[in-house]
Amino acid sequence: MKRILMRRLLLSVPLLFVVSVVVFVLQSLIPGDAASQLAGLQATQEDVLRLRRQLDLDEPIWAQYLHWLNGVFHGSLGTSLTNKEPVTTALGTRLPVTLSLVLGATVLATVLGVVLGVASSRAGSLAGRLVDLLSVGGLAIPGFWLGLLLISLLSVRLGLLPATGYVKFADSPDGWARSLLLPVTALALGGVTAIAKQTREAMLDVLGRPHIDNLRANGVPERRVVFKHALRGAAIPICTMSSILLVGALGGSVVIEQVFGLPGLGGLAVSATGSKDIPVIQGVAVYFTLLVVAANLLTDIAYALIDPRVRAS
Amino acid sequence: MTAPSGAEPAARALTGAELAGAPSGAGPVIAPSGRPGLARRLLRHPLAVGALLYLAAVVVLAIFAPVFAPYGPQEADLTRVLATPTADHWLGTDSLGRDIASRLMFGARPALTGVLVTVLVAAVIAIPIGLSAALSGGADRIVSPLVDLLMSIPAIVVLLMVLATFDQELLAAMAALGVLTAPGLVRVVRAAALTVAGEPYVAAARVYGFGRLAIALRHVLPRITGPVLVNLSLVAATALLTETGLNFLGLGVHLPEASWGGMVADASAAMNQQNWMLVPTGAVVAGTVIALVLLGDGVRDAAAEGWARPAARARPPRAAAAGPERDRRPDNAAPADDPPILLRVDGLAVAVPGPGGRPAPVIDDVSFDLRAGETLGIVGESGCGKTMTGRAVLGLLPDGTHVTGGSIRIDGADATAMGRRERAGLRGSTIAFVSQEPMAALDPLFTVGGHIAEAVRVHTGAGRAPARRRAVELLGQVRLPDPERVAKMYPHQLSGGMAQRVAIALALAGGPRLLIADEPTTALDVTVQAEILRLLRTLQRETGMAILLISHDWGAVGELCERTLVMYAGQVVESGPTATIVTAPRHPYSEGLLAANPQLGTPGVPLHVMPGGVPAPGEWPPGCHFAARCPYMTDECTAHPIAVAGTDDHRSRCLRAQPAHVIEAKP
Repeated sequence: MKRILMRRLLLSVPLLFVVSVVVFVLQSLIPGDAASQLAGLQATQEDVLRLRRQLDLDEPIWAQYLHWLNGVFHGSLGTSLTNKEPVTTALGTRLPVTLSLVLGATVLATVLGVVLGVASSRAGSLAGRLVDLLSVGGLAIPGFWLGLLLISLLSVRLGLLPATGYVKFADSPDGWARSLLLPVTALALGGVTAIAKQTREAMLDVLGRPHIDNLRANGVPERRVVFKHALRGAAIPICTMSSILLVGALGGSVVIEQVFGLPGLGGLAVSATGSKDIPVIQGVAVYFTLLVVAANLLTDIAYALIDPRVRAS
Repeated sequence: MTAPSGAEPAARALTGAELAGAPSGAGPVIAPSGRPGLARRLLRHPLAVGALLYLAAVVVLAIFAPVFAPYGPQEADLTRVLATPTADHWLGTDSLGRDIASRLMFGARPALTGVLVTVLVAAVIAIPIGLSAALSGGADRIVSPLVDLLMSIPAIVVLLMVLATFDQELLAAMAALGVLTAPGLVRVVRAAALTVAGEPYVAAARVYGFGRLAIALRHVLPRITGPVLVNLSLVAATALLTETGLNFLGLGVHLPEASWGGMVADASAAMNQQNWMLVPTGAVVAGTVIALVLLGDGVRDAAAEGWARPAARARPPRAAAAGPERDRRPDNAAPADDPPILLRVDGLAVAVPGPGGRPAPVIDDVSFDLRAGETLGIVGESGCGKTMTGRAVLGLLPDGTHVTGGSIRIDGADATAMGRRERAGLRGSTIAFVSQEPMAALDPLFTVGGHIAEAVRVHTGAGRAPARRRAVELLGQVRLPDPERVAKMYPHQLSGGMAQRVAIALALAGGPRLLIADEPTTALDVTVQAEILRLLRTLQRETGMAILLISHDWGAVGELCERTLVMYAGQVVESGPTATIVTAPRHPYSEGLLAANPQLGTPGVPLHVMPGGVPAPGEWPPGCHFAARCPYMTDECTAHPIAVAGTDDHRSRCLRAQPAHVIEAKP
């Protein structure tokens, strides 16, 4: 168990390194730089040069990267070029939004998906076709489009829920939940069907194995066979799918945040890319990567909790 | 979930792989040569054909948009903004009065080119890399960890920067998406190619000295087309969603150029005044994604047909009434003053769905009695219906298999007439079961103690701690040394013999009066076999339970069973005391089986081997089922069904064994 976690953590070091290098190299290709952006259209060549020197943008790219890396080892992700705010602060205020959205969507998709999947695995081939059909629909309907539809129906027409905006949990837990309900639903939709399909297939696979047959033959009631033995046996592929959804939801959240006017990391990434604010982009990349690492770590832990053979190896 | 993300297409691709059965090795989703080609099989799938037609229509409308579109993409008519469908604008107009149908046609162009770029880039990178990883261990050592690493890169950040770098050049972002999707596809290709590479003919090609490249191109690539195409269709679907998402964010094509995502954004801007616009814009995206997925599913199914014809499935007609009235004495009837009859099987018939959907009988007219505390063996080759008989008694026949006649009385109650719940209530408490594969019979995720304690609680209603104590007792009862320690072990930590003892302890948990043991020693080492048989005999004496031992091994039956049934092709052909049958078999099949038994052979004398094999269900002859293999066959044997005859103690289904006056043909 410890070895698995250590291995995962060790693997995440090169991952963070690769991501930050890729981001640095890519941003160096972006024509123009923050200095010319900040100086504005009226600025003279000299203004731009001065600003460039101030921002250390005149250094070679590897030196800039080393600067940044040095900062990271001292707990700093630098300061935003556009508003001088420390990157960790800018990201810190937005992280809870994205986290609530992404985790909420993943949990919702997993819970609903497992319920649907288990139900359909018990209900015969017709229910299976239905889940197949739903999963095509879930994949096909863009989340942001669904979000717009939900806003149009539930917010604009019925006035049930706020259309846009975010309420901090600390300010009002109720308002927080209401502000997240629609975006989480929109983001979760595709995931529900993916999990349902995965659950159904995994359940059918496990239910067909000899140990299930043996439990039935020795009088273990069907309810226990399904929920205790088969569902636990199916849990590993479900966890895999769930973590894949979480990573996918990071990407999806960028658009969903835009639709629902949520001040999350995605919106920051979009605006920072527009203004070539390298430290912020780099910071978002690091945070997203850390979330991916955390998701992988949680998945590994879940595997080990579920399956004793994983713990042993 | 939603677009746009590069990690997500990878994820989709992965799921797709599972759909295709590629990495799980659930079966080669692959078309061997010599059947109609993939494309022609695909055309037999109406959904896939529909999807193809839809996609073709989208492509044609996109290419010839300037010809087909009734209006130009930027042709604004400010007098008719946000119109709902009319004859002029059959999908309505947007907030600038532009024709939605026309703009959808023009918007299809960036959508389709974008999808094409992503798919091409992903395929060009992933197929060669995946193939080389599958065929060369050296490449694999680099590729696999790298794929794991690259799949964790948050794609959205990379996409955003590519868009910034190339000044919102959508195709650059779509190419980048292809790169980011490639690792997931590499996994799919590698997994699919690995299953093919493991097959004998690829090994043979190696032996013949074909180079790796030739093997990859000529032997492996054609056979992984199915899973790869399925996944490419999913990559395409996700690429389209990503493209739409980027355009929705305004990061893709430059306005006012038409794009599907941009049109959704227009619709959202006008949502407060009118929400019709959401319908056509969303529908065209969803429709195209559905078409891509259905096409992928069609390819998967068509590829699957290449290796297997879909099994004909039909529900066999409900059990007809039991056969006509006749002598219904059980085949192993014993004197009347014995212990009470625990199990009476009478004229049992079972059918499986056969080819063409017609039910094919697998058990025909099986009758026997089992008294409390008695031990009965069922012997026969594979496919004679031994296991099916055991499962019918348990009430756990495989899906589609039905009891079509006769009755099973357990403790006097007609089990075939019971409801599912009542029947399930018998299992574990009255009848328990031990299977052939002890390892596979235990849930790998639960400790031995947990397993047994669960069964104890189910059957006795005991609390957690007493159930646990009882579990340890039971483990001691099956003679496992250090039962406390074994209780804490997981199935994968047990040896085969230990696992079978645990499985027996599990079966004992409910205090059963009948134990059905289906080949309980077959999967074990010879020395362990004897131990398990001794254990069963000891337990039988200790608990007084009856045992129904299903076996093909005369040694096991001789060790344990007082009486034996010999089954052949769904029928009981001989029944009697084990000792009598072994020394003086009456049915030629029993004789043949005994002669073929190495344990009973004489050193130096070659073992007799019966020619031929057991006829498959549905191919049984009208007369004696064994006639084709019987050395004593006469014309009369094949003329009509043979009835069981003999003394109460020892009966057989053979004309030869019966004095002429006893012969009673089945009506």
